[in-house]
Amino acid sequence: MSSANDIVRLESISKSFGGHGVVHNLDLCIKDGEFVTLLGPSGCGKTTLLRIIAGLETQDYGRVFIGGKDVSIIPPNKREVNTVFQSYALFPHMTVYDNVAFGLKMSKVPKDEIKERVKEALDTVMLGNFADRMPQNLSGGQQQRVAIARAIVKRPKVLLLDEPLSALDFKLRKQMQTELKHIQRKLGITFVFVTHDQEEALSMSDRVVVMNEGVIQQDGSPKEVYENPKNMFVAKFVGEINVLQAVIEKTINGKLRANVEGRQCRLTKKHTYVEGDSVKLLLRPEDIRLEHIKDADSDYPLQGIIEETTYKGATLDSIVRLDSGTVIMASEFFDEDDPEFEYKTGEKVAVKWVDGWEVLLPDD
Amino acid sequence: MMRTLKIGYSSLVYAFLYVPIFVLIVYSFNASKFGTTWQGFTLKWYQNLLENTSLMTAAGNSVLVATLSATCATIIGSLAAVAFYRYTFKGKKVIMSLVYILMMAPDIVMGISLLILFVTIHMEPGFITLLLSHITFNIPFVAVTVMSRMKGFDKNLFDAAGDLGATEFQTVRHVLFPMMLPAVVAGWLLAFTLSMDDVIISFFVTGPDFEILPLRIYSMVRLGVKPEVNALCTIMFTLSLVIVMISQILNREKK
Ligand SMILES: Nc1ncnc2c1ncn2[C@@H]1O[C@H](COP(=O)(O)OP(=O)(O)O)[C@@H](O)[C@H]1O
Ligand SMILES: [Mg+2]
Repeated sequence: MSSANDIVRLESISKSFGGHGVVHNLDLCIKDGEFVTLLGPSGCGKTTLLRIIAGLETQDYGRVFIGGKDVSIIPPNKREVNTVFQSYALFPHMTVYDNVAFGLKMSKVPKDEIKERVKEALDTVMLGNFADRMPQNLSGGQQQRVAIARAIVKRPKVLLLDEPLSALDFKLRKQMQTELKHIQRKLGITFVFVTHDQEEALSMSDRVVVMNEGVIQQDGSPKEVYENPKNMFVAKFVGEINVLQAVIEKTINGKLRANVEGRQCRLTKKHTYVEGDSVKLLLRPEDIRLEHIKDADSDYPLQGIIEETTYKGATLDSIVRLDSGTVIMASEFFDEDDPEFEYKTGEKVAVKWVDGWEVLLPDD
Repeated sequence: MMRTLKIGYSSLVYAFLYVPIFVLIVYSFNASKFGTTWQGFTLKWYQNLLENTSLMTAAGNSVLVATLSATCATIIGSLAAVAFYRYTFKGKKVIMSLVYILMMAPDIVMGISLLILFVTIHMEPGFITLLLSHITFNIPFVAVTVMSRMKGFDKNLFDAAGDLGATEFQTVRHVLFPMMLPAVVAGWLLAFTLSMDDVIISFFVTGPDFEILPLRIYSMVRLGVKPEVNALCTIMFTLSLVIVMISQILNREKK
């Protein structure tokens, strides 16, 4: 996995606090210019990992490389990374200008150059007119921008962002997501972005690293992580998903016939399971198709009863109780040409899905 | 009804606290020597005060000791606070509790123990012993004032400074120090006032040739309260009022 243009490389990093393990033997490589997101529930060790990269926390075991150099024992002030803290951590006794200039002053950059670079950084985050304000007199969104300006002004190799948007309201968060992407492209800096919001992770990143309890669960593109979750944790954490019980009954040329929730179904995609394997069949709500049952006698693979439908504007979300008792959710896009696209509560429907879009995971 | 009761009650409490001081201030301008009746306005007592050279010397000595001890205690106490806040070291908890114990210790115990110390090492009681004692009892007050202010700081600020390339020294110099400065000044003012009106400890550790104001007043009032004392107390009260106001303003959180 590691290669010459890895800007950050973590080798078997472990960290515990007072005997409580927080990061376990973790390896991670990040390429130059990538936008990588660490995604995981609160308390899973994301901040700790970020702080280890920044040098603000020392790992118990393992090594940290930045730009190919071993920085495992180099203090934070000598590492070419900068951090946007979750609490913003703006210096309350300094103006916006002085906050942004701080890093440059510390490394003794000439005055004229400081002026120029601070202005440039403030312009990048669109706060050009706020240089003389005190941080307390800014809104949350503006403080956030100052924190970003302060971190990019030193042109670090890597920018670490710890849940930078979590304190903002929905609309501002969406706007900042776009802006952050824009800034990243413009500067060409590697971003390591931490969030517990899966939607944010999927929409912003080149690569998503899903973590739980200090261990990487899956590392891949947003599409991979969403469409091919490697385990139940990733499947459930990254978006809504329906879980059906299944047993493989027969394999024909790698294709399977399975008993899904007590009904026989054919699975067209190739899977590596063999007869007798007990598996979980996972389906995203938007991959499910419901159909009215017109002929009561015909044999549909899976059937259920509509319990509830919710109109969501672009989609119609239906909750269906299968004959086996399992409850699933389907989220279907409206079909403008279909006047019958509507279900009544209590109506019996057939449950299908786009061939091959199911995910099978071993049952454990 | 409840409201009237509440206001009445609190007025009573405040009256109990402030009426004596108010009376004292009024009497300091009273022409009557024995001060039970009002016999007209005068500044005579203030003038007498200024002409009383031995009292003025004592006042000068007090200001000198208070200034020096407050300054030394502020430096030592603030550095101690920084050490407690920024660093972990062996015995930190023990040393911190010692600071609190020192603050709570009865003055009489401190006075006697310091006296014993000075006698043991053969130091003449006088300016030096008094100064050392005042520094000693002031340090914990400064340290605690500064530490309580630092409790409210976001620790990420110091991580942020390091992250932006500041060395440990630069972090303390450019981030921690400016942020704790108001508390340092407040600590100095507190130390100054504590030193100005300490009687008990000073009584034990100063010598006959270095007289300070509180002890001088103490010996004066043994023969009855003279109107000059009223004038002196008025000045000291005004001074401490100003100091309290300054430190209140300094310690107010910036919004
Ligand atoms: N300095 C610390 N001392 C003790 N425990 C800590 C410290 N920092 C983090 N932890 C613990 O480590 C775990 C992971 O924390 P963190 O990395 O902040 O998680 P996340 O950022 O994913 O929410 C938590 O259980 C937290 O309580
Ligand atoms: Mg965190």
